[in-house]
Amino acid sequence: MSQELFTNLAIFVLSLLVGFEVMSKIPATLQTPMMSGANAIHGVVVVGAFVIAAEANSALFYVLAFLGAFFAAVNVAGGYTVTDRMLGMFDRKPAAKKGEAEQK
Amino acid sequence: MSALQTISSLIYLVSAVCYVLGVHLMRSPKTARKGNGLSAVGMFLAVITIIVTIIIEGKIDAIGWVVLLVGLALGILYGIVKARKVPMTDVPQLVSLFNAVGGGAAATIGIFDYLLKGDGASLSVAFSLPVFLDVVIGGITFSGSLIATGKLSGHVSGKPISFPGSRLLNIVVVIAILASAYLMMGLTTNVWYVTLALAMSLIFGLLMTLPIGGADMPVVVSLLNAFTGLAVAFAGFVINNQVLIIAGALVGAAGTILTLQMADAMNRSVANILAGGFGTGDSDSGAAAADVPVDVKETSADDIGLQLAYAHSVMIVPGYGLAAAQAQHEVAELAKVLTDQGISVNYAIHPVAGRMPGHMNVLLADVNVPYEQMKQLDDANPMFESTDVSLVIGANDVTNPLARESGNAISGMPILDVDKSKSVVVIKRSMSTGYAGVQNPLFAMDNTQMFFSDAKKGLQEIVAATKQYLE
Repeated sequence: MSQELFTNLAIFVLSLLVGFEVMSKIPATLQTPMMSGANAIHGVVVVGAFVIAAEANSALFYVLAFLGAFFAAVNVAGGYTVTDRMLGMFDRKPAAKKGEAEQK
Repeated sequence: MSALQTISSLIYLVSAVCYVLGVHLMRSPKTARKGNGLSAVGMFLAVITIIVTIIIEGKIDAIGWVVLLVGLALGILYGIVKARKVPMTDVPQLVSLFNAVGGGAAATIGIFDYLLKGDGASLSVAFSLPVFLDVVIGGITFSGSLIATGKLSGHVSGKPISFPGSRLLNIVVVIAILASAYLMMGLTTNVWYVTLALAMSLIFGLLMTLPIGGADMPVVVSLLNAFTGLAVAFAGFVINNQVLIIAGALVGAAGTILTLQMADAMNRSVANILAGGFGTGDSDSGAAAADVPVDVKETSADDIGLQLAYAHSVMIVPGYGLAAAQAQHEVAELAKVLTDQGISVNYAIHPVAGRMPGHMNVLLADVNVPYEQMKQLDDANPMFESTDVSLVIGANDVTNPLARESGNAISGMPILDVDKSKSVVVIKRSMSTGYAGVQNPLFAMDNTQMFFSDAKKGLQEIVAATKQYLE
């Protein structure tokens, strides 16, 4: 096994353990936002989209790079925006009344 | 390590720390938003780093830039517009859609790097195994999440879909995936091997999700979310990028725990759900009112209005039916009419009320229901004894007293003790059972009255009736 592969494997396994550990009991109220927040984090795949775009050199690879960039950008931009919107609803108690008055 | 590699690796490490701390902060309502913000900062750092890296390396050509930037711009625009505009009731399918594209992006990276080796190139298992896992897991989450999105939004039937021979087809597809694994682990690349792996995993994603009922979808979305995390981690192996490995593994593990907790809150096991389970959850939509099994007392909007107007304390119990009918505005209006008259109004929120755990809180917060009025299960239950009227709106299983007894599908599930209040009014479309398929004796109790109506329409009538008695 190469040094590089071993390092990556060690990082992978330890990160799994951190993931199990950091996610202890979540109140049900937060389960949906938490899922959405985790969904945004795997939007990090956008970094990979840059990497492949830099290597693209023919039509097929340009198409794949485009797809990768588009998909990953939807994931990361949409994921963070919708999570923030959801969580924003929990902490707008005083502001909410004002918003309601304006609507009417 | 070159200077560029050293600096970029260190920044990636910082961004990985941001994700871990972000998830940690998201466990508490007070810090959740900050946590998501911190994780976004980490993402921003990672993106800036890769932009600088590819500029300095200078390998990317002009078409590469155009393709990359147009793809990113369109994706960002689409993602943000969708996320801003989505009504809160439709959040579950949107998360599932974002998850699908995440899996698609991960699979694309694996395919790209495999094909880039050229046909007939020799490769090692250390390369082809992560590619295989990336493509297969990414492919499954892509098609599976799209079906889940369709089921949640109603474009695909929420009922479990199965057909004769589906089990056999499943076995064939799994064998084909294993065969593609064997081929890809061979010594040379071949475009058809990876195509086979992709095609079969897309079909597997469909076959896996179609037989699952709409009400179980949230758990499936969460599971596929964890899968995408793993696909992204394997993509990290393929391109040798540690931030993908760390973030992907983090989401894979955390998502798995979250999935188990969600299934637990819904009193279901993940294995059961994946096996296609016993119910559809959408059975409420059928016109099954004909087979009323027990004597129930029907009531009218007018009578409910009168009861509410003369109550001192009212407990609203919102359920899946309220979310499905998008009646949260109406319920908030009714509560406002009552509180304006000094009547105490609270909401008893079951952990799995709505379309997914915690979803009801979000829906009610969206229509400005004060946070203090939202009582979670443990706080709500002691309050029922002193409640004059419990208004159950589109909820069924979560109020079923049978859960206290043994030997049925919902035994042991935590429920709201609605039956302990002085009077119970149930707004429901029909007498059909909830998604567990168990009759609810609550409906036939002496102090229970049924109002058969769509949640939205029924509440509008009740608001009108209540106002008339309060004026």
